[in-house]
Amino acid sequence: MDQTDYVGAGDAARAAQELLSRRALRRLTERAIEALLFLSALSSVGITVGIVGILLYESFTFFEHVSIVEFLTDTQWTVLFANPHYGIMPLVTGTAVTSAVALFVAIPLGTIIAIYLSEYANRRLREIIKPLLELLSAVPTVVFGYFALLFVTPLLQKVLPNLSGFNMLSAGIVIGIMIVPYVSSLSEDAMKAVPVHIREGSYAMGATRLQTALRVIVPSAFSGIASAYVLGFSRAVGETMVVAIAAGQQPNLTLNPAEPAATITAYIVQVSLGDLPHGSIAYQSIFAAGLTLMFMTLAFNIAGYLLRKRYREIY
Amino acid sequence: MKTAEKSIARRKMFDALFAIIGLLALLVGLITLLALLADLAKEGAGRLSWQFFTSYPSRFASQAGILSAWVGTTLVMLVTAATAVPLGVAAGVYLEEYAPRNWLTALIEINIANLAGVPSIVYGLMALGLFVYQFRLGQSIVTAGLTLALLILPIVIVATRESIRAVPGSIREAAYALGATKWQTVKDHVLPYSTGGILTGVIIALSRAIGETAPLITIGALTFIAFLPGAPVKSEFPFVSFEWLMSPFTVMPIQMFNWVSRPQREFHLNAAAAGLVLMAMTLAMNGLAIYIRYRFRKRIKW
Repeated sequence: MDQTDYVGAGDAARAAQELLSRRALRRLTERAIEALLFLSALSSVGITVGIVGILLYESFTFFEHVSIVEFLTDTQWTVLFANPHYGIMPLVTGTAVTSAVALFVAIPLGTIIAIYLSEYANRRLREIIKPLLELLSAVPTVVFGYFALLFVTPLLQKVLPNLSGFNMLSAGIVIGIMIVPYVSSLSEDAMKAVPVHIREGSYAMGATRLQTALRVIVPSAFSGIASAYVLGFSRAVGETMVVAIAAGQQPNLTLNPAEPAATITAYIVQVSLGDLPHGSIAYQSIFAAGLTLMFMTLAFNIAGYLLRKRYREIY
Repeated sequence: MKTAEKSIARRKMFDALFAIIGLLALLVGLITLLALLADLAKEGAGRLSWQFFTSYPSRFASQAGILSAWVGTTLVMLVTAATAVPLGVAAGVYLEEYAPRNWLTALIEINIANLAGVPSIVYGLMALGLFVYQFRLGQSIVTAGLTLALLILPIVIVATRESIRAVPGSIREAAYALGATKWQTVKDHVLPYSTGGILTGVIIALSRAIGETAPLITIGALTFIAFLPGAPVKSEFPFVSFEWLMSPFTVMPIQMFNWVSRPQREFHLNAAAAGLVLMAMTLAMNGLAIYIRYRFRKRIKW
């Protein structure tokens, strides 16, 4: 009796110890897995650090050869010529004009579609239309480039006979249509988020759907709509293939959308297609151009952030 | 009284008018999509043949094909998926299930939201400076795959988080009540239930990556490739080879870009045909994503 007790106690102790060590092991694996998952999440911050670091590092060597004053004020960008000028202005105007044309198309179309889908359309129509519209943003941009150069430009030339084969107008229009789904779906989400009682309050006062949409819903959802516009702008500024194919690749300081001109992104593509030696000024210039692009989107994002803060409605 | 009635009638007219304008705006988008597809089909359908899929690019438009392009696209997508899926799902799981509420988590979240707005060509510049020259990976398939993986990482993370969030808390609590650890709960319960959503997000993300051109041009993808990368399987030991990872490459959209940029009309026809194939790939992937979402939504009822 005594002996069996003794053995039982020993067994129990051993079992307890085993359990403890199994628990410790389990805790260790749990910890290790959590650390691994955390590192994966942190890697996304690594991407940003990598982007900013590389752009700054390569641009820094570029600006050792080229003064910032020349970069910002010179009106010619002829990096690949024998007598190089390093003025980013023509590329910035090219980017600004194509983006302006794109927003001129995308903002009215996107906003009207968002109002229609959110306030007018019934559920069935919405369920069919939305995926179709989103297909528009799934089309590869190089296909849109083809479309701009070989379909839209010839079409525009029937209306404007003097339009050159490469022009910013057709590239801008096509980018505009391409970003309509971004603008419309984000704006619609914002409008849908406006509480129903606000909408019903407006109807009860005898307002029509249009009056409710324009005077009540849009102002209430303005902060969300503004972020949709900012995202659309970022897309338009960063769009590469459409402009590289359809807008021409000559830097051209002009605000006339009917003319051909290179954008910042088209310049980067043009340089990358040639085989430039690593470390040359032309090689570094694409990083300076990329940095400029980042600053443009950053400025707009900050503006959008301030706008959102100013107009945020809290229910 | 008369003026009030008139004013009401006018407002109602505007209201009806806007309904028409809204439909027209929708039609602009849809007609563009249709015109694009019709134009590609009209120009390119004639070039689609067995020969087109099995030939290398050529100086003669009628003999040129997309063999190196579709093989390149497939291999690059393999690398992209193999990198972006584990990394993105792990990050999504961490943020949704593990992350404490502190400044670091907030930083990671803001960062992911902002990455979505970074132009794709900027990822290409980063890859050129970092992968090609700092890590000396060269202008290879592995560089291209990693670049696109980073590009779609935010999409995969967001999709993972959304579908994990849709799993009800009661499932987790039941697992905990039976003594499961956190990881066991995630691995055996949360992830299986959210597979549908994650898969949908991954496919959409890959369909985005398949059409990306600019970042790959930036890292120096070639436009004229008349050979295939080394085969991944060998007859002698150890039977697998990773030589293809370091091989130069071209992909479908770059091949199409190359043909569009030439002045001859015959090459434009080739471009349209390549565009058709590219569109078919994207549409098929989007269709598959919609189907999976539908299937899983039907199967799981909380």
